[in-house]
Amino acid sequence: MPARFTFGGDEHLFVECSDEMSLEAFFKSLSMARGVRESAIRGVTEVCPANASFQIKFDPDRIKPDDLLREVRAIEGAAEKAEPVITTRIVEIPVFYNDPWTHETLMRFRERHQEPTGTDLDYAARVNGYGAVQDFISAHAGSPWFVSMVGFVAGLPFMYQMVERQRQIEVPKYLRPRTDTPRLTVGHGGCFGCIYSVRGAGGYQMFGITPMPIFDPTQSTSYLRDFMVFFRPGDIVKFRPIDRDGYDQAVEDVDKGRFAPPIREVSFDLRQYQADIDGYNAKLEGALYGH
Amino acid sequence: MAIKVLHHGLSTTIQDLGRPGYFHLGIPVGGAMDRYAMRAANLLVGNDEGAAGLEAVFMGPKLEFLDDALIAVTGADMPVRIDNELQPGWTALRVRAGQTVSFDFLKSGARIYIAVSGGIDVPEALGSRSTYVIGALGGLNGRAIAAGDELPVGFGSMAGAGRSVAEELRRKPGAPAELRVLPGLYWDRLTEETKRNFFADQWKVAPEADRMGYRFRGGRKLEFVERKQPFGAGSDPSNIVDSCYPYGSIQVPGGTEPIILHRDAVSGGGYFMLGTVISADMDLIAQLQPHTPTQFIEVTMDQALAARADRQALAARLRAALA
Repeated sequence: MPARFTFGGDEHLFVECSDEMSLEAFFKSLSMARGVRESAIRGVTEVCPANASFQIKFDPDRIKPDDLLREVRAIEGAAEKAEPVITTRIVEIPVFYNDPWTHETLMRFRERHQEPTGTDLDYAARVNGYGAVQDFISAHAGSPWFVSMVGFVAGLPFMYQMVERQRQIEVPKYLRPRTDTPRLTVGHGGCFGCIYSVRGAGGYQMFGITPMPIFDPTQSTSYLRDFMVFFRPGDIVKFRPIDRDGYDQAVEDVDKGRFAPPIREVSFDLRQYQADIDGYNAKLEGALYGH
Repeated sequence: MAIKVLHHGLSTTIQDLGRPGYFHLGIPVGGAMDRYAMRAANLLVGNDEGAAGLEAVFMGPKLEFLDDALIAVTGADMPVRIDNELQPGWTALRVRAGQTVSFDFLKSGARIYIAVSGGIDVPEALGSRSTYVIGALGGLNGRAIAAGDELPVGFGSMAGAGRSVAEELRRKPGAPAELRVLPGLYWDRLTEETKRNFFADQWKVAPEADRMGYRFRGGRKLEFVERKQPFGAGSDPSNIVDSCYPYGSIQVPGGTEPIILHRDAVSGGGYFMLGTVISADMDLIAQLQPHTPTQFIEVTMDQALAARADRQALAARLRAALA
């Protein structure tokens, strides 16, 4: 599918690789975004990759919008021919599913929900055809996720689960967004998972919470000393369910500066992945845990 | 050098010209909502245009100056007093150690900019002193200023007291406010009738108008061209697969109330956008009060670029006048 190009005012060029979400669209978008960055087109001040699209910020005093459009269009062909292979990181993120803090919040905003009598997990399990919440959690934590966009608020990852489309978790967003979400809530809306990097408004269903900070403007967290934002587009995330004791321990470890999330560098090949999704994911997990 | 905050006003934050370069991580450009007014205030007191000052919305702060300083207040019409004595806006004013700066009620516009010679000297965060409250980044510990705070001030010159910006170089929204829009992004999702209605209707600024976005009410509900929603987008016709939001773009959740995304807006999300307010008119939005009647005007890219050139010419005249 050819990309769609449209201007966002006189300072942005918006490139939509597909109007629906898929890993192919994500890879094309990532590849084009990288191509634009590498070609160092004059007047381009920022390139922001998103799930199936990306945005270029430009200075029209330095390049005419039509000239920029022509240069970016030329990159599309090369991006399509590029090997869909990236070197990236896989990281394990502990999650305390069905935790008391998101539970308190979801009860507080119940009148904004599709199903006021249950919880977000009950609702998500049911609309995705899972008989028990535990089975739904197992599916959520059972396969890795691609960070397909970083944004919304500071350092928040949008994640796309690496399974066939029919197994992909899909849930509507809240009928009206909440005005509050606990920091580090693991949420889901449409086909995207997320981790709320900061406390604030949100419309995604809430499934649990991670003890692992992913944005720290003070840069005092041990693994955020070099940069305050943890995630980059293309990162791969594997969730690991933990209980209350595991959560409390991890919070203490973060506070004491000794929390070290397992992170490994891996190569990801979209075509090999598509040929055998579960087998490829098992290999990625092997790389993460060193077996 | 320092300023003591006696009262913080309604919401007063430290701002400069913003923090470009981190939008791809969800960190907005931030900075003064009305950059023209911020530049003018800085130029009046002999600062770089990008020095940090204060932005106050609807209600001014009360400040005690611990040292001599040169200040200027620009933007909205909110009379300024030094030790209770009324002073002119858009003018470089001498403040002596121990004097108090306070403000009367807002007369027009929404935001004032207070520049101090030497600039507010808090540490930079990612290259800017602008306060991004949601991310607890920049400014004074990432938050709005509060009574009891002491704001550090850099070393500045006292030269130029009494200089003022000529009336024709002060830019304010008219009535109704006119905001020029370049249609695009997901514009084609709308029916032809809705496209016409959007520009024909008179809108009003809703009470929800802040540094993140300005919401508008009063126009007809938008109708969408029918389609099967693409995978991952969500079921409402106003939903898209989550994408980047250009700064200035107009999203319309549910098709009912347009929201113009401003300096501290979220960087992306799942609502369609119909187009973008042109860069030349973004400063004007900062000065709109709730209930201000507003007309959206359709423009082409060429008209947007011409308006941009006009704005730059105005800024050049301002610089020449205060050189």
